[in-house]
Amino acid sequence: MTTIAADADHAHHDDHADHKPGFFVRWFMSTNHKDIGTLYLIFAICAGIVGSALSGLMRLELAQEGIQYLPQWAAMMGGEATDTAGKHFWNVMITAHGLIMVFFMVMPAIIGGFGNWFVPIMIGAPDMAFPRMNNISFWLTFVAFFMLFGSMFVTGGSGLGAGTGWTVYAPLSTSGSTGPAVDMAIFSLHLAGAASILGAINFITTIFNMRAPGMTLHKMPLFVWSVLVTAFLLLLSLPVLAAAITMLLTDRNFGTAFYDAAGGGDPVLYQHLFWFFGHPEVYIMILPGFGIVSQIVSTFSKKPVFGYLGMAYAMVAIGVVGFIVWAHHMFTVGMRVDLKMYFTAATMVIAVPTGIKIFSWLATMWGGSLSFKTPMLWALGFIFMFTVGGVTGVVLANGGVDQNLHDTYYVVAHFHYVLSLGAVFALFAGFYYWIPKMSGRMYSEWMGQLHFWTFFIGVNIVFFPQHFLGQQGMPRRYPDYAHAYEYWHHISSLGYLVVLVGLFFFFANVFYTLFAGKKVGANPWGEGATTLEWTLSSPPPYHQFNELPRIA
Amino acid sequence: MAGIYRILIAFLMALTPLALGSVAASAATTARPVAAPATPAAPAATPVATSADAAAPAADAAAAAPAFEYARPVPGIGQPVVGGLDFQPQVTENGRFAHFLNNAILLPLSVVICLLVLGLLLFVVVRFRAGANPVPSKTSHNTLIEVIWTGIPILILVGVAVPSIDLLARQYAPPPANALTVKVTGYQWYWGYAYPDNGIDEYVSNMLDEQTAAARGEPYHLAADNRMVVPAGRTVKLIVTAADVIHSFAVPALWTKMDAVPGRLNEVTFRADRPGVYYGQCSELCGVNHGYMPIAVEVVTPERFAQWVASKGGHMVAPAPAAAAPAATPAAAPAATPAAAPTTPPSAGATPAAAAPAQ
Ligand SMILES: [Cu+2]
Repeated sequence: MTTIAADADHAHHDDHADHKPGFFVRWFMSTNHKDIGTLYLIFAICAGIVGSALSGLMRLELAQEGIQYLPQWAAMMGGEATDTAGKHFWNVMITAHGLIMVFFMVMPAIIGGFGNWFVPIMIGAPDMAFPRMNNISFWLTFVAFFMLFGSMFVTGGSGLGAGTGWTVYAPLSTSGSTGPAVDMAIFSLHLAGAASILGAINFITTIFNMRAPGMTLHKMPLFVWSVLVTAFLLLLSLPVLAAAITMLLTDRNFGTAFYDAAGGGDPVLYQHLFWFFGHPEVYIMILPGFGIVSQIVSTFSKKPVFGYLGMAYAMVAIGVVGFIVWAHHMFTVGMRVDLKMYFTAATMVIAVPTGIKIFSWLATMWGGSLSFKTPMLWALGFIFMFTVGGVTGVVLANGGVDQNLHDTYYVVAHFHYVLSLGAVFALFAGFYYWIPKMSGRMYSEWMGQLHFWTFFIGVNIVFFPQHFLGQQGMPRRYPDYAHAYEYWHHISSLGYLVVLVGLFFFFANVFYTLFAGKKVGANPWGEGATTLEWTLSSPPPYHQFNELPRIA
Repeated sequence: MAGIYRILIAFLMALTPLALGSVAASAATTARPVAAPATPAAPAATPVATSADAAAPAADAAAAAPAFEYARPVPGIGQPVVGGLDFQPQVTENGRFAHFLNNAILLPLSVVICLLVLGLLLFVVVRFRAGANPVPSKTSHNTLIEVIWTGIPILILVGVAVPSIDLLARQYAPPPANALTVKVTGYQWYWGYAYPDNGIDEYVSNMLDEQTAAARGEPYHLAADNRMVVPAGRTVKLIVTAADVIHSFAVPALWTKMDAVPGRLNEVTFRADRPGVYYGQCSELCGVNHGYMPIAVEVVTPERFAQWVASKGGHMVAPAPAAAAPAATPAAAPAATPAAAPTTPPSAGATPAAAAPAQ
């Protein structure tokens, strides 16, 4: 796609400008895109540990029928050890798991982490356009996380914490939940949203204005394209969320009735506003993953991406269409049937650009010279698992079929196939691909491969049976279930143990890499790695491209 | 362990011709004679209205009719089964069509697409591994193939869209004049059912505790003390609303799900064609006991329906006059249940758009 004529001794020139500040100023007042990216990654890993621990607790509780642990857990969190407090704690866990994984794990890692680290480098820029705003974005996210975490320790109605689900539907989130927990959760979303809007402005400005000479839009690596499209989605969708949840706050605290039918409002209005944000949010989480997978498939096939322009504009198309399909999350709210028909058809359209991406990745590999290093395994796993999540998406797009599957485990299985096996696979792919660049040290290949295979098998055992549960009628967000559902729930929970083994290899590998990994040069991946980050030393100098590279 | 073995089987089933196999299987389950009393429910389409008519005087005559007794559920019908893979057997025509759409069109298509991608993936992995193909080609585009893999999916999706739009049209076709109106209200955390056509005021339906459910031979978590009772072969029009937060009325075997939204009157219809007990559960997070407000629908013969109405102190109406003023029904629905009136905001009647999704 692009040939880079950057000469190798740039890195040496840059070394002279390596005036690193002291510890506090460097990490708490950072204006360096790589340091901020690192902060985001560390933060996302910590939030990911909390989010995965929550899912482990949920799988533990769901492993058998009956309520096993919930009252004790509620008591451990500082609440009462009653049945009601236990069931409330269940709702708090599903809420926190969703919010943490979406806002504090996937988004910070894939946009804040990899986006910050590699977008400026890939376009040949010395840093982000607004370095201080970049820092504000991170610390707002950080505070937002603790605001959410803190909400778990104050009352939310029938127990401690916000038990509204990550969707925060009114009126459960307004008249249905007294106490400050839901207010804190909403405020946490405000902060995280503001952080993301600032980040989005930063990325858009950087990509439009700071590309190196010769780096035209149509020469940008696909990861940069994916972050650009994602930034627009953030910029256009998050203000709608902010408005929606602000109205929740005023309904809760100041007596307005935006979502209260008794006062002339409408609870369904909230759902429309939420999903106008929520559906683009799905693509916000997956598009940068598409970009990462494109870089990796090209690198390890030693071939340029097949159909580059088609790939870039498929992402633009997904982003545009992603704004006009939101109500497929609300097929059962009681909307007009012609509206359902429209949203059914519009949703199916998304399968077309998504198919273009899948086939273009296959065509990129076609005729290539493939090597199967850990990042490539994750990328291949992503392509297949995302296809599985994609076809169940087409099933759910059918408003008539969704009349049975809506809010069942089938939906849970579907969105975990695109997120837990899609976005997370892309995150791991990116991590293994770029950790030699970021740390200057190579990860352990055998641990990486073991991590991939155990995690791959584990998540499939967790989530594949959930399709069966959904088809059998098992609703979402239940702490307990009828006896017939125990069989697949039990197997799903066993799968979590396999996932845990996989995560163990991941963390072992992280420690091995950082403390004992072999030192690597500028480009450990060879001729297939053609983007600008591989022209810099590993790790890159504190300030890169003091002299801008020229792209031929 | 045995579980792993079943998983393997399940994977294989899902990834191989399950597609067609499961259609056959579902056909088999629907064809399975139901052991429920009086199976051959009213010869589906035709004489239902008349048989309800005929039943009405009979019920009036037996005003002091003996108490109505609920039927026992049949395992595997109207409820999940242990290790079950497929949808619950469908007892409505629209449900069977939707089930067919999924199992005969969407599922095979999904399996074929996944196998195609997996096959291509495995092929390039083997054929173009560095060992087998040390020198990569430089191909970076091919307009023809890009047009093909854009065009073919469009054609396939258009093909899928036709039956799926058809399904929606069937599900939301205007109910016939003799439809039975049931007003369903979701509360934290139980359901209320009222039959304005039959003068049956709202009664509530709570989950049965474990012992009672076991004693009655019903599945715990699904069993409810008072069921919604509706006649077979006659369209049931549910007017669904809620009194506090959003709930969702869902019965998988009837392929029916409709959110119960405070301040709205949502309408959904189904026509079950055979008697039986069909369970469902609240399907929108509604607070602490969201998992504990099951739905039990008993579909009965028109004769037993008349008995049930009598046992509730209601009256059977000839369907014709009720249908003469269809516009009046939604308005009458809230009025007929004064118990719900204080919780249903006065503006409820002013949102008829929500109650008329069929237009
Ligand atoms: Cu409910």
